[in-house]
Amino acid sequence: MSDVSVAQRRSSDVLLPPGEGGAKRRMRAMSLSRLAIHATLILACALYLVPLVVMLLTSFKTPEDIRTGNLLSWPEAFTLIGWIKAWGVVGSYFWNSVMIVVPAVLISTVMGALNGYVLSMWRFRGSQLFFGLLLFGCFLPFQVILLPASFTLGKLGLANTTTGLVLVHVVYGLAFTTLFFRNFYVSVPEALVRAARLDGAGFFTIFGRILLPMSIPTIMVCLIWQFTQIWNDFLFGVVFASGDTQPITVALNNLVNTSTGIKEYNVDMAAAMIAGLPTLVVYVLAGKYFLRGLTSGAVKG
Amino acid sequence: MASLELRNLNKRYASGAPDTLKDIELKIDSGEFLILVGPSGCGKSTLMNCIAGLEAITGGQILIDGQDVAGTGPKDRDIAMVFQSYALYPTMTVRDNIAFGLKMRKVPQATIDEEVARVARLLQIEHLLERKPAQLSGGQQQRVAMGRALARRPKIYLFDEPLSNLDAKLRVEMRTEIKLMHQRLKTTTVYVTHDQIEAMTLGDKVAVMKDGVIQQFASPRGIYNDPANLFVASFIGSPPMNFVPVRPRRQGAQWLAALDSGQARCELPLELAGDETLDGRELLLGIRPEQIGIAGSHSLPTVLAEVKVTEPTGPDTLAFVELNDTKVCCRLPPEIDPRVGEVLALQFDPARVLLFDAGSGERIALGPARSNGSAKKVSRLHPR
Repeated sequence: MSDVSVAQRRSSDVLLPPGEGGAKRRMRAMSLSRLAIHATLILACALYLVPLVVMLLTSFKTPEDIRTGNLLSWPEAFTLIGWIKAWGVVGSYFWNSVMIVVPAVLISTVMGALNGYVLSMWRFRGSQLFFGLLLFGCFLPFQVILLPASFTLGKLGLANTTTGLVLVHVVYGLAFTTLFFRNFYVSVPEALVRAARLDGAGFFTIFGRILLPMSIPTIMVCLIWQFTQIWNDFLFGVVFASGDTQPITVALNNLVNTSTGIKEYNVDMAAAMIAGLPTLVVYVLAGKYFLRGLTSGAVKG
Repeated sequence: MASLELRNLNKRYASGAPDTLKDIELKIDSGEFLILVGPSGCGKSTLMNCIAGLEAITGGQILIDGQDVAGTGPKDRDIAMVFQSYALYPTMTVRDNIAFGLKMRKVPQATIDEEVARVARLLQIEHLLERKPAQLSGGQQQRVAMGRALARRPKIYLFDEPLSNLDAKLRVEMRTEIKLMHQRLKTTTVYVTHDQIEAMTLGDKVAVMKDGVIQQFASPRGIYNDPANLFVASFIGSPPMNFVPVRPRRQGAQWLAALDSGQARCELPLELAGDETLDGRELLLGIRPEQIGIAGSHSLPTVLAEVKVTEPTGPDTLAFVELNDTKVCCRLPPEIDPRVGEVLALQFDPARVLLFDAGSGERIALGPARSNGSAKKVSRLHPR
């Protein structure tokens, strides 16, 4: 008897609707913690944004305004003079960077995709060792390859040329792009390639018609990664290029580091913004692919 | 449609490594359905890949319609394959998946459209043509994979465990459909499976493989009723064949094998081709569960045995008893529902049992008297 009543009581406990007061309390607690989380996030966000805000504000100020006001003060009058001057100085180097980045990114991505395809689907004797050595390239610091690279470029007659800089970036980037593509393609079932071979497709048809269309997220990862690396590169640019072939990072450095005359911070800031904008744009446009590509392979499908 | 013949085929992955396939000899006629069956790792999938040309062979010949294709690539062999994982091209629609092989062979677009329509009708996937593989269920993907193979009208179809990723109900359905399709199209087919029901139901010929060697190549009936060795006998059949260890003794002109159920002893007369070396040697007596029945005939020896466990499956009742300390499964009619501990009087025809060498697994031939029937056999029952 007593067993039954205990059971009944227990079940009634479970079935009892939660009191209204309890629900309200829970909601208030939740919104409080929500508020704390949001406040922290906004604070962190603001902290991170301060340098950008300072740069933007300064770039639109006149030199007098910069001297008299403080860093975070609103410009007395918005002026584009800084931007126009900055473009006049670094504009041609901006195009230099474009001329380096576009071919270097495209070539290293295409070759990385091909490498990854071969290393995962058409394994040859020693391909594992080959891949291992290639991975080594990911851990090589820039500085290590400066001397051998400049020696090679000199031998090839490519010293101080855009082509030479493209070559260095392609070679250096291949280790990364191959790694990205190879790691994606090993997660692709080999049966796909077998099926395509039986269907009569050859090496390049299988790559172009079947694997590449599947690799959009990985392609995006490679594009963003390589774009950021190469656009932001300073060391290779300063070593392997000179004068008219220098990329924008070097030009920006030259502009900011000139010690003659009055420092025009508005021009410096505008030039820095111009140098940084392309990577920002790429992240905004392709960022969702970046995350998706980095986690692809982690979860099937 | 083509005949397929494998002559002395060998496959080794690296020199010095053990043979993956050893001296494979097979021949099927045009339109026949060949099953390659065996446990995982027996080399059946490798053999199929060799036939497809996806893996190079180290020796022997592969003849399609009498032409040795061992040196040609997969696309020149005119073979289509259905993969276990289906291997549908994920970025293409169902239509493009089916058409891909035709496009690669530069078939005119009008013919492609016709073929896709024909195949889609055949497999009832017309409403799925514009979908991507990810939007299909497992069964639908399976149909598309088959459609891709059917569209090309190749000389030979290869099926690599095509049903193993489906749930049980769908598997039975698709099995029947594959059989129907083969009856209609009559294309030479090689079908790899580890499922012995598929092997029995689908094939014209079955090759049972183990460790890269074909153990037996025969019709499904031949494999079931007349297995070449212990491995084939144990692999084919569900519930599997019972193997009771016995030591036959010679008594005059007759061989006798003692069966002890714990409750009773029985001397089973065996029609052994009289070889003295068998005297007292350990042999395995192979009896299929359905060959054991409730005693009803006076001409057959009867064994009394206590029921240890019963498993009513619906169409049958499986009763487990012990003979010579070995669990023996008896497949009884469903209306017989013995209690555990009940002693059953069981009978089986000694002329239909198989004998194997316990050590080597070799089949031991029964004597010439085998076809004479069992009328003269005497029950020798010694209740304890």
